[in-house]
Amino acid sequence: MATSLLDSITAGLKTWARVNSPWAIHFNSGSCNGCDIEILATLTPRYDLERFGIKLQGSPRHADVLICTGPVTRQAHDRLLRIYEQMPEPKFVVAVGSCALSGGVFEGLYNVIGGIDQVLPVDAYVPGCPPRPEAIIDGVAKLLASLSNPGPKLSTPASGAPAESAPAAEVAEEVV
Amino acid sequence: MTQPVEKKGDRFIIPIGPQHPALKEPGHFEFTVDGEMVTDATVRLGYVHRGIEKGVESRNYVQNLYMLERICGICSHTHAMVYAMGVEKLAGVEAPPRAQAIRLIVAELERIHSHMLWLGVAAHEAGFDTLFMYSWRDRETVMDLLEALSGNRVNYSANLLGGVKFDITPDQVKDILEGMAFLEERNRHYLEVVMNDMLLLGRIRGVGTMSKADAERLGAIGPTGRASGVARDVRLDAPYGAYRTFKPVLMLAETGDLEGRFNVRLREIMDSIRLIREAVTALPEGELTTRMPRRIKEGETVSRVEAPRGEAFYFIRSNGSEMPDRIKVRTPTIFNMATVLTLARGHQLADMPMILVGIDPCFSCNDRMVSLKRQGEEAAGGDAVAGPVMTWNEFRKAVMR
Ligand code: SF4
Repeated sequence: MATSLLDSITAGLKTWARVNSPWAIHFNSGSCNGCDIEILATLTPRYDLERFGIKLQGSPRHADVLICTGPVTRQAHDRLLRIYEQMPEPKFVVAVGSCALSGGVFEGLYNVIGGIDQVLPVDAYVPGCPPRPEAIIDGVAKLLASLSNPGPKLSTPASGAPAESAPAAEVAEEVV
Repeated sequence: MTQPVEKKGDRFIIPIGPQHPALKEPGHFEFTVDGEMVTDATVRLGYVHRGIEKGVESRNYVQNLYMLERICGICSHTHAMVYAMGVEKLAGVEAPPRAQAIRLIVAELERIHSHMLWLGVAAHEAGFDTLFMYSWRDRETVMDLLEALSGNRVNYSANLLGGVKFDITPDQVKDILEGMAFLEERNRHYLEVVMNDMLLLGRIRGVGTMSKADAERLGAIGPTGRASGVARDVRLDAPYGAYRTFKPVLMLAETGDLEGRFNVRLREIMDSIRLIREAVTALPEGELTTRMPRRIKEGETVSRVEAPRGEAFYFIRSNGSEMPDRIKVRTPTIFNMATVLTLARGHQLADMPMILVGIDPCFSCNDRMVSLKRQGEEAAGGDAVAGPVMTWNEFRKAVMR
């Protein structure tokens, strides 16, 4: 049928575009800066994230991928949700650093809710304290690879509402 | 995210943050503007407050070393060092000379990495992305050295209570000296670029000028204060560890503007390079650690260290057990933040990112406090609830799930 053919072509086209030039936004919800400087380092000449077509930019409304660092603090919680809600569908979350995975050393402090997946559905986890820039690039690249040949469905909640469970699609191995 | 401009009376207030392209960390600023001119500024901090000061009270001294190191990933060695020095003082032991020299070398490598990181971010805010890319490319040299020494690029975990974790081998000394030669040449070039590039100077000369009197009144410390001529550096005023042997040179500028801050920080990199050279070539022989008791004698102490951004101050009180009774952390950014709010007045809105970056803010060090508003407090009518001060148990109930 014409419509379904058109649909599948546009869907393919969209995936192609998405995989080749995802725009990312970075939010620090309580990190120690260690992960943040490593994310910034991925942009710089030695690592050069832009060669994969990934661009880090400022507005959540233009972003496909949310890169989160740090445990979620009580103050940053609402902001994190708001940023996630402002991103257009489909959207993906990459949690960077031990803190973002589980709370890390800050697990159990009174102002810390826990890892990112307590609040948002996470698509890729990058462990390390902090992960090396190569590991961060690997995490994002694996996320992109999983988009072009979708195996198990990524957790993309229908509305912007936070999902309770957050299955991991990909776990980037730590590159040490 | 920048919300639409809000109009209050005849004033416009522009909210910026906590997520904003010009901010690398979450903080919320409100600038009151008259046209393009900023007439007032306020800040709301606390987005990265995690509650570390309370958390350390329920962990032992060794665990705290790792927790406190993670207050800030940029100056992690500083936090671990100032804590270790304080605990050693309380226990009445002193780290061996070789350990102290290694602490100094890592601290100065960290200063170079922090200042080069700042140079890049400041250049980026000024729209000079070429300098950002170059300085971060060269900064990788320091990161490689730190990784070779410690095994991690950030959070090196060099300190132990009573010493350091790793030695510096003759091979590594050679690598460090090579790295320093490269960085010296590059930084000489950056100093030239910053002082001569007319486009950059247009954005930094005479912008954010703070007089010495103002700097002292507002309590500016670190390179921010030194750029206004405040001659204060803990490494010289109260020498600690290996700084008693290897003396840094005080870097001052008189102009007090952003140009002065570039100048001071770049010259500090050069001085750190000199210090590292001196320290690695005259590395004292001996042990790396001394024995530390597990329980620390009862007592209290303060310890101070010059972090890349200014003075880091720790108060540690021990009650004779395995865990500290209280640790109070005072970091430089909160003092320099007051200068931003004052300097903002009378500048154009477009200069705000530069003025903020000028102090090299570090929000994760900064957010030591959180204020709570209890639900239904008004409805309950002030005194009906347990008063403005909560007990620890009430507080736990309020915030813990
Ligand atoms: S994972 Fe480590 S480096 Fe990253 S934010 Fe947490 S403590 Fe800092």
